[in-house]
Amino acid sequence: MPDNPFRRTKPEPVPPVAASAREKTLPLRINGKAFFHNGDPEMPLLWYLRDVLRLTGTKYGCGIGACGACTVLVDGKAEHACMLPVKSLAQREVTTIEDLAGKDALHPLQESWIAEDAIGCGYCQPGMIMAAAALLKRKPHPDDADIDAIPNLCRCGTYPRIRAAIARAASAPVEGKK
Amino acid sequence: MSLDRSRRRFLVTSAGAAGALLVGWRAQAQDDLPYLGARFAPQQLSDFVRIETDGAVVIGARGCEVGQGVKTGLPMLIAEELDADWSRVRVEQLPYGYIEADSGPGDRYGDQGVGGDAGPAAWTQLRQAGAVARWLLVQAAAQQWNLDAATLRTESGFVIAADGRKLAYGDLAANAATLDAPANPPPLKDASQFRIIGKPARSVDAREVVLGRTEYGIDSYLGNTLVAVIARCPYPGGTLDTLDDTQARQVTGVHRTIILPGPKSDAPFDGVLAAGVAVLADDTWSALRGRDKLKITWKPDPSWAKDSSAGLEEKAGALLGDDANATVVRNDGDFARTKKAPHTTTLSARYRLPFLAHATAEPPSATIAVTKDKVVLIAGVHDPDGASQLLHALTGVPREAIEIRLPRAGGDLGRRVHNDFVAEAALVAKEAGVPVKLAWLREDDLSHDFYRPFGVHELTATLDRKQHLAGWSHRVAATPRNWRNSQLAGKPIFAGLLDADAFPAGLLPNFQQLFHALPCGLPRGELLGGVHAFQAFATQCFLDEIAHATHQDPVVLRMDLLGAPRMLRPGFDTGRLAGVLRIAAGKIDWQHKPKNGHGLGIACHAGGGAYAAHAFEVSVEGNDLVIHRAICAIDAGRVLNPLNLQAQASAATLIAVSATLHEAITLKNGQVQQRNFPDYPLLRMGQAPHSVDVHSVDSGADPADFHDIVAASAAPALANAVFAATTVRVRRLPLMPELLRLI
Repeated sequence: MPDNPFRRTKPEPVPPVAASAREKTLPLRINGKAFFHNGDPEMPLLWYLRDVLRLTGTKYGCGIGACGACTVLVDGKAEHACMLPVKSLAQREVTTIEDLAGKDALHPLQESWIAEDAIGCGYCQPGMIMAAAALLKRKPHPDDADIDAIPNLCRCGTYPRIRAAIARAASAPVEGKK
Repeated sequence: MSLDRSRRRFLVTSAGAAGALLVGWRAQAQDDLPYLGARFAPQQLSDFVRIETDGAVVIGARGCEVGQGVKTGLPMLIAEELDADWSRVRVEQLPYGYIEADSGPGDRYGDQGVGGDAGPAAWTQLRQAGAVARWLLVQAAAQQWNLDAATLRTESGFVIAADGRKLAYGDLAANAATLDAPANPPPLKDASQFRIIGKPARSVDAREVVLGRTEYGIDSYLGNTLVAVIARCPYPGGTLDTLDDTQARQVTGVHRTIILPGPKSDAPFDGVLAAGVAVLADDTWSALRGRDKLKITWKPDPSWAKDSSAGLEEKAGALLGDDANATVVRNDGDFARTKKAPHTTTLSARYRLPFLAHATAEPPSATIAVTKDKVVLIAGVHDPDGASQLLHALTGVPREAIEIRLPRAGGDLGRRVHNDFVAEAALVAKEAGVPVKLAWLREDDLSHDFYRPFGVHELTATLDRKQHLAGWSHRVAATPRNWRNSQLAGKPIFAGLLDADAFPAGLLPNFQQLFHALPCGLPRGELLGGVHAFQAFATQCFLDEIAHATHQDPVVLRMDLLGAPRMLRPGFDTGRLAGVLRIAAGKIDWQHKPKNGHGLGIACHAGGGAYAAHAFEVSVEGNDLVIHRAICAIDAGRVLNPLNLQAQASAATLIAVSATLHEAITLKNGQVQQRNFPDYPLLRMGQAPHSVDVHSVDSGADPADFHDIVAASAAPALANAVFAATTVRVRRLPLMPELLRLI
């Protein structure tokens, strides 16, 4: 048994490995920080984020790229973390929900999600926000068809409020960090 | 959720004495209070209220938040009577509060189930908790000022004297916490004095959710947690035949495997749901790779090995003709005689409902540590009391040493009332001797659920020569919900499937409901909509069919059935149902039927003191159904949080729309065929209406849980709109594949 099995463990950043070990490891850039993965290069980014880095804002929903709960930004574009082996991420910049907000302010989408109370159970919302962030990056003033095309699933049916939140953020003057 | 819960409930608060809340708190050692008490004990004013020295009011939320809004709503009740400044209140989730009192075991915080919170009992209990805390603060101020407490008033976190002097709650809290609770519960406010109840309040968790910081059960880790995934027997009731785990154990990161025997055949599903082999690993990915390498053969239960949806439908067809062997649910007058009357017209239709899965956004998951004298569980559970009893039974650890933390849960829809995943996690952790995080994958979730039952409804109406409804027969052949279900033990075979009091029962002189049980090995359970949705789809579609066949207006037909406003029976006021129907018809502009290929549909339902009506405007464009407008009118008594009521009514509507249009679990060769979202499609953004216009009647009546009723009226209203748009009557769900087959 470990010293105290009931101790709640907080996410801890994994320290970069020593330079000598780097040759065998995979360099990753996540939320602006460098990480070196020395495990299975086939491990999907989703499980690396969650189980290794304990960045649990990226959610598991289906594991086959069908629900969008694990949506992250890779070089600014929406991707399903469950479909990305970490080995495919060399030289690419990953942004998760934990790093969407700026230092001093939430991302406009996060503000608008709160303003519209677009929460439901909340589980899919980080993925939704990341998908919407990618959309606004690509098209700052999306039309209905653009919003319709967001493939993410919300089991609670918060779609109308999500739609309102995206529209609100799109009409907000403030530029987001990402 | 209308769960039938027969379990005993010893509530420290059940006597209505708010003082008991304080007694309960004071009897506890500080160390036993994991969240609220430990750090700030001096300012603790009750089990639910803590005031920090900076004046911040911290209110405990007792129910597991699954998206239904209890973490915001229930603390509003407390804050109201406390006269707190809601904008400064901080809400903290309470753990499950088991206590050993002199009178026996009890739930320290009252009912912590997901569903039991909406009713008048919670309103009284929680408002009293706030009123006691306020009373203590007023007494402390009276002592400090040397004034009569009766001359003091409170507002937004201050006690205020008649001369205008003010003392902040934060400055009074330390003294207030040393005072004895009032002998009698202080009086509660009149509704006209409410400042928080009835005002829109956003989710207290919103900021954490959008930052990705909310910790769901699936996000929890304890100590050196190993991740467990389980390969489960795909055959209901089946057993492990052979296992070779050699290759699985060779996968890097995999520690070991553990065999889980399935439930005893015919015993209630109170523990694990299926036989399985657990793979324990350092992380989920390694565990999954290990599971892929297991070489397993399973032995089906011969009773269910050939189960199929087609076979069930065939069997249902045969049973529905056999009234002599049916269970009579209700029988008013003489339906058979109405068929023989001269000039009688008979209408009949069969509606087929598939099994449905919950497919909660967060699949079942549980993180648990088990030692010989302590258990800690972190999981989104609907029934923490049941989980506590189960953990005691499985581990032998006394219930007072079982700690259950209730994280926010990624949806429920009735899935989390079952603690099968808690049982799995506990058994694996006990055997492994290390903390375990049990992960269910979506494939596990869709193939091992407590499904909404399968059923075929046969509706028959007799009409006299003036086309008035003379008789109504509702025959159902369905897989009983109470099969191996201890929550429904002792209930009739049709429990959870047919409600003898559901609309239009009691409104027609000749009325019968008959039930046939379809045996099947697939576990069944509660799903949003419950008994109401299961039958309202058939009854409300059939009313539409009658209206069309007899050239009556569907709204007028329903209004005529409801008749004069009156209490037909407790919990069913015909005037309130007519009221919401009228609103839905008015808002969709029912009198002006669109002529552009769009169709309008309407339906209504009532139960348990809640009333709902829906109206939709739809059209079919190519292979897609476009929902142009969705109206939901609702009367669920006093409204606690209008913003949440809107969200909940919209959500229940769209969850019902999703199920109606697309969802089905099918059985073939004794196995569930669906694996993941591609074959269990949920409603998508582009298929959802741009808004669900919710119109709430705040009738001032007792608050009632409305989720099931809203889901029940939404589905048939949508199907009726599809008929209006296409003239195609779809009587088999899911609707879209059937509609595309028929047109």
